[in-house]
Amino acid sequence: MELFNNLALGFGVAFTLQNLMYAFIGCFLGTVIGVLPGIGPLATIAMLLPATYALPPVAALIMLAGIYYGAQYGGSTTAILVNLPGESSSVVTVIDGYQMARNGRAGPALAAAGLGSFFAGCVGTLILAAFAAPLTELAFKFGPAEYFSLMILGLIGAVVLASGSLLKAIAMIVLGLLLGMVGTDVNSGVARFSLDIPELTDGIGFIVIAMGVFGYGEIISNLGKHESEREVFTANVTGLMPTREDFRRMIPAVLRGTALGSLLGILPGGGAVMAAFAAYTLEKKTKLEPGEVPFGKGNIRGVAAPEAANNAGAQTSFIPLLTLGIPPNAVMALMVGAMTIHNIQPGPQVMTSNPELFWGLIASMWIGNLMLIILNLPLIGIWIKMLSVPYRWLFPSIVLFCAIGVYSTNNSTFDIWMVAIFGVIGYLFIKLGAEPAPLLLGFILGPMMEEYLRRALLLSRGDWSVFLTRPLSASLLAGAVLLLVIVLMPSVKSKREEAFVED
Amino acid sequence: MNIKSQKDFFSGLMFMTVGVGFAWGASGYSIGTGARMGPGYFPLALGVLLAVLGGVITFKALVVETVDGDKIGTFAWKPLVFIILANLMFGVMIGGLPSIHLPPMGLIVGIYALTFIASLAGDTFNLKETAVLATILAVMSYLAFIKLLNLQFAVWPVLAGA
Repeated sequence: MELFNNLALGFGVAFTLQNLMYAFIGCFLGTVIGVLPGIGPLATIAMLLPATYALPPVAALIMLAGIYYGAQYGGSTTAILVNLPGESSSVVTVIDGYQMARNGRAGPALAAAGLGSFFAGCVGTLILAAFAAPLTELAFKFGPAEYFSLMILGLIGAVVLASGSLLKAIAMIVLGLLLGMVGTDVNSGVARFSLDIPELTDGIGFIVIAMGVFGYGEIISNLGKHESEREVFTANVTGLMPTREDFRRMIPAVLRGTALGSLLGILPGGGAVMAAFAAYTLEKKTKLEPGEVPFGKGNIRGVAAPEAANNAGAQTSFIPLLTLGIPPNAVMALMVGAMTIHNIQPGPQVMTSNPELFWGLIASMWIGNLMLIILNLPLIGIWIKMLSVPYRWLFPSIVLFCAIGVYSTNNSTFDIWMVAIFGVIGYLFIKLGAEPAPLLLGFILGPMMEEYLRRALLLSRGDWSVFLTRPLSASLLAGAVLLLVIVLMPSVKSKREEAFVED
Repeated sequence: MNIKSQKDFFSGLMFMTVGVGFAWGASGYSIGTGARMGPGYFPLALGVLLAVLGGVITFKALVVETVDGDKIGTFAWKPLVFIILANLMFGVMIGGLPSIHLPPMGLIVGIYALTFIASLAGDTFNLKETAVLATILAVMSYLAFIKLLNLQFAVWPVLAGA
């Protein structure tokens, strides 16, 4: 079996002392930022990107990946104990998790979240390993027209699943694509939109945008709100073990959550957040057994399913990145950046040109999940302590790490002035209710899309119908149209709005 | 005519302005044709698209009723000013400001400046507590970024001639 050989190779890479250490650091940091509300994987990965320059590429990617899926574990702790989503993907866990904690069942809620995540993480990793090879085969059939259509599908997917107004999300993507145009055009050598500033001819750094918009923008917006009363259920966490009854209800919910999460993770635009929403909605649709606690009042299924789903989604969203080189969400867009820093062009060729990186990363995810369950269940006490760190100590530290991270990317103060500008812009976006995640995705895809469009039209001598006459490209575009039609259907439209109002 | 959704109205205006700006900028570059796209082709199309989207969003904001008017609310000026200022001061400390002959003051001074200014953004400000926090951050950053990760920073003030 080739899969086993590959996995053996991967585990060989992942089990070196150095890589185990970086996997641990990633998972640990991921849990930390997952637990702390107000700082997410996006900002953290952006902050640590410059620091990974010095590392070997495998270690760097293992660590950054650990942060992403680690945050899915940590986020549930905060959701259950403090009634605040530590991470946007645990928004729905708050609903039933916190109620369980209030009923003195914080322990089983944490266990359900942890065990569900672990199971889902293992399945997600297996799916990733199994599907990577065939999808890579498919990817080699892709020409420029297919890539362009795939990106359209990805961007539409991101919009459909974003919260809030559809039109605004599309506008944010286009804005992101335009920001990606700044800098020297590779074909003509013309410095576009550089405003005669020499630093801008290299384009805007995506770390600058990510930190400004997600780091500073979020902090400013958080500080603008009044500090809400935090109620931490430290005393109540006794007895982590769920009862037999709990297990009986949990298991099918975890299975459903895992299946749904894995599927939504692969789809462009999907990922952890949407997976959690969808899984919770599905659980609410199933019938309650007699004697079962209703949803919203502390039902264990309402914790287990979304937590399983967000973790599965976090794992499988690596599939489009690793096989096609196309990031399905903003965190994966940062991973593209991380790979580029190390001179690895993301795409189907990664598997053949850097097999140790490819399979090592996948194997490390399974190991990371194992580390996370240990970090998060027996060691839960540490995280409860950390929840009592006041925000007034936290936010200056975050500002500092952002500033250091931005400066050290190019050792240039110009980036610090730029991040200040994007901090103000980011805050403006939040005030105007324009979600910034699609912008970052557009920014990453902008130059790629232009290049593929240019090549596709060059090959077809300017004939736009090439996107519809090539079957693969046509079906990808049809998928995008289908997605749009589904969201715009009145019944789905109201449901979608409902789902996002719950946070 | 009343604005039904303040947030949408102003974000629509923002998209329109930026879209027109980019389209206008792109029209200055060679556009080319589909088969031979010039550097202005793609940005021009996107700029026009953004302006149109912004127009539709603004129009909808004037027409479609919302429950509470989608008010933007007050701006959190204090955090906005202090966080951005803290970031800028850090840059000045690291890079110096040649126009007023200020030499680079280095990472440690930068960390103290940033921590104190950023802390002013919070609801409460405690001088002693902030000093302790800044010291902890300075020591930790020195160990993590300079010693462990070997990042290239000027750590101490670079005095003229030194």
